[in-house]
Parts: sequence; C-alpha cells; structure tokens
Amino acid sequence: MSIRVLRPGLLTTLQDHGRHGLQHVGLCPGGAMDPMALSLANALVGNPRDEAALEITVIGPELAFEEDTLVAVCGAEFQGGFPHNRPVLAPAGSRFNVGRAARGARAYVAVAGGFAVDPVLGSRSTYLPGAFGGFQGRALRHGDVLPLRDPAAAGRFAQLKKTRDGTVKWSAPPLTLPDREPVLIHVLEGQHYGSFDGNAQRMFLDTVWRIAPDSNRMGFRLAGPALVRAKDDEILSGPTALGTVQVPANGAPIALMADHQTTGGYPRIAEIASADVARLAQLAPGGTVHFARCDLGIAAELRHHMSERLEAALRGIAWNYGQ
Amino acid sequence: MARTNLRPTAIIPLGDCAAYIEFSEKLDLEVNAVVQRLALAVHGRAAPWIRDVVPALGGLALHFDPDHPGAFGDALHAAANLIADCLKEGLPEADDVLRTVEVPVCYEAQYAPDIEEVAKKAGLSVEEVARRHAAGEYRVLMIGFAPGHAYMGGLDAKLAVPRRATPRARVPAGSVAIANEQTVVYPYAISGGWSVIGRTPLKVFDAARQEPSLFAPGDRVRFRAISGEEFLKLAQ
Repeated sequence: MSIRVLRPGLLTTLQDHGRHGLQHVGLCPGGAMDPMALSLANALVGNPRDEAALEITVIGPELAFEEDTLVAVCGAEFQGGFPHNRPVLAPAGSRFNVGRAARGARAYVAVAGGFAVDPVLGSRSTYLPGAFGGFQGRALRHGDVLPLRDPAAAGRFAQLKKTRDGTVKWSAPPLTLPDREPVLIHVLEGQHYGSFDGNAQRMFLDTVWRIAPDSNRMGFRLAGPALVRAKDDEILSGPTALGTVQVPANGAPIALMADHQTTGGYPRIAEIASADVARLAQLAPGGTVHFARCDLGIAAELRHHMSERLEAALRGIAWNYGQ
Repeated sequence: MARTNLRPTAIIPLGDCAAYIEFSEKLDLEVNAVVQRLALAVHGRAAPWIRDVVPALGGLALHFDPDHPGAFGDALHAAANLIADCLKEGLPEADDVLRTVEVPVCYEAQYAPDIEEVAKKAGLSVEEVARRHAAGEYRVLMIGFAPGHAYMGGLDAKLAVPRRATPRARVPAGSVAIANEQTVVYPYAISGGWSVIGRTPLKVFDAARQEPSLFAPGDRVRFRAISGEEFLKLAQ
C-alpha cells in the first residue's frame, strides 16, 4: 500500500495547489511551482485537480512500488525511459528510476487516489521554511515509505482507452516547457520601476539573465549586470506577490517564487505576468531568461490562453477515460 | 462605525493577481491604524474573488482571482471600488475588532544576549531596559518576513537602538528583539540583526493550531516579565 524511496533525488516534496487565506499572518500560498503540470498529472490518474503529487526537481528520485500503482509524470522531461504525460500502470515490485531533467526543471509524479498524508492548514503542500505539511514537513529521504490513500484507485486504468497491446499511447501536451532559451517572460512595471534610472530600466529588459545556483522555491536569483537605482532612498516594507521581482542593494534581481515572503523591503522593479510564472519555474540554475514589458490586458490574454490550453488538455484526458 | 477622511494615494498592480492600495509612503502610525481597520472591513465583506487581504505598514494588498465573475473583468477597478465602498460605509471601531495579546517574556541574561549592550547604549540599567520594554503598549503594524513574524510599533523612544552591525548567526525561536522603534518576536530560529533582549516560551507560529499565528495584524500587544522558572514551566 505504499511507495518506497530508494533514492530521494535533488529535492522531492509533496505539493498541491497551496494554502490560501493566510498571507496576512505571513504565510504564502506555496504549493506546486508549476501548477499547470500538477493539474495535468492529477487528471491523468483520475484524481481531482488539487490532489498532492511529488514535485521532483532537476535530479529525479528512484521509487519502488509495492502494489500495482497507476502513475503519471508531467512537467519537465527526465531521463530514465519512463513515459511522460500519460497514465502508466506500474506493476507491484517495479521500480521507477528517474534520471536528470533533460528539458525543464520540475515534474509532478501523481498516483491514483493520492498520498495518505494529513492536510495542514488546508493543504498537503510541503512548506520547507516552516517544516510543515506534505510528508513530515520535509523533502523525501532515502528509505521513506509513502503511504497511498486508495491503492484500489489503480483500477481506474481499466477505464482508459488503450491500444491493442494494452498500453496508453496518447499523451497530454506539455504546457509550460521552454521550446528555446532564453525563455521570454512577460512583466508588468513594478511599483518602484520609476526609481531605477533609464540605463537600469533598459538593462533589465535587454539582458539575458541566468538563473543563479542559489535559487530555490522561495526565489530565483538572476545573474547579470547590477541594476542601480537613480535615488537610493529607503523603501517602506510592503506586500509582495508571486512573481514580484525585487532588487536588493547589490543590484541582482530576485524573482519571488512559490514559497516567497509575503512582504519585503527591497525595491520592486517588475511583476511577472501570472501566466508566465510556471514557465519560469521550469528553468533550472544556469537556464536563461529575458523579460518583455506587458500591460494588464496582455497579462489577461496570456492567462486566458494558458487556461484554454489547460482546459483543452483536461478534456482530452477525460475523453480517454471514456467520460 | 467611524468615518475616516483617509483616501488611497495610489492603487498599484502587484502583477495581474493582486493590487497594493497605498495610503502612505512613510510609516505613519495613525495611517497604519486605519489600514488595519480597513483590512478587517474588507475581510468582513468576504468578496468571493478576493483570496487574501494583507495589511502592511503604509497600505494593504488585495490578492484576487482576476477571472472570477465578481471582479467584472477589471479586478483593479473592482478593488478600487471595494476599498472606496468600505471607506464610505465607515470602518469598524478599533476597540470592537482588535484583540489584545499578552506575551510572557523572560528578560534574564541567558535569554537576552544583547540586553547589556542595549542598556549601555541607552544609558540605562539592564533592569530598566526590561521594565521599559514590558511597560510598553504595542501594536502589530505588519506581519511578514516569516509566518507569524510581527513588526510591532510603540517601543519606548529610549530603547530605540539601531540594528546591530553584525547580525547574530542564529537567534532561537521566541527571541524578543528590538531595533529602531519596533519590537519583534522571532517565530523560528533565524539569523537576525536586531538586539535580543528576552525570550517568550510561547510558540509564535504553530501550523498545528487552529489559529496558527499568535499575532494578527492590528493586535495590541503587552509583554509581561516572567522569571526563568516560570519560563521553563510555560515552555512545557
């Protein structure tokens, strides 16, 4: 009734769509860095969209299945020969050895019926800075045994439309993987954009930024030229959001990601369009990105386009389940 | 319900899923007090498209679902209207909506690595630093930096020492620290540049509690000096 962790990978945590309504006490929603891929992974194994799945990062884990388990992996493509973006019946006793990410940085391993961990403050997401949620409030380790909530859910595999050899050949489309680098990310002007001089504003938009090695689920640090403000006045600490790009005194921007702080005292040069945050999350350290300005109208178009593609993919999956 | 003449000075998109309603670019305790009551008024309306209401030092953030029908296709406009409606209707009285939280603090040397230095800088005895800190009436101006990490205003002006030049590598959870004109209680063991003058045995943030955070924005806070013995008893 469980999955055994033979090798944990670089950073493997349970994540769902996060805990909402607690930012006023300093707790960010957290959750999956690529919520689109999480939704698809869940749909592929017949789960509700908000079920928790394993978020695997850059180097994947090795997992052993005790029972027949219906599994799907969505998001980044990892080496290891495991089929991506489709439901797979992993037989009892089988192993799933995930290598390095070949394209993208994060993928979601969903199992039919979900993992048997209790929600904390309304979510099964792991919040690493506070050491709560998910599996014991931490990343997976060698030897962990992950209990499954409903092993019988593997039976859903029988409902799926299959080819004559009994496998599923169809796969869901990747929605957030970069086709080429640098990845183009749309940004809105931040509150303090105007406090940077024209040269710094131009540099922010003209530079191909590299994701620095000390990037994590809290924020991506961007390596490139230092951005200097025209005036160096103190800024009153204020609220931040997912995708806020702030610039500390050293001039190196930080893009706030899923586990970000809810307030900050650094100048905010830009805000990433919400539809593009998951695409940024698919970059590993060393990956490159450049920014293009947009307005609220374009941000809304990007959001609607992403949501249409997700809904279309979900309809395709439902059809394969004969619904 | 009390009327206020305060109006937002700016409404700034925090991306396409949030807006910052700014009332002041500088810290003004009176403005902050109105922001706290406004945040509760907005919260009270329970607008289904609003996900989070986050009061901060000089304004508040509304986090929202921009595609919810309640936002009428223009969330920034809807946010401005929501704020204007709350201000027009009048805000709840502070006494009716804001809580008072009492926090036991042990100011003894083993929990107060920086109290002697603060005393020296302030020209006071160690006992007087503790007495003045515990005598203060504080208000939570903003929670941020970490879950439950409350920035509280109302520190005795005599105790307003600048931040330490070298931050302490690791400050234990529950540490009570001061800097400038504010005081904080660290929810987790973190590295910090504030001067640590005591420690509370209470858990500042506990995800297992129904109300995980000891503090809420706008709370009035009082500190009560306790002995080392009482600290150990309460910590159990």
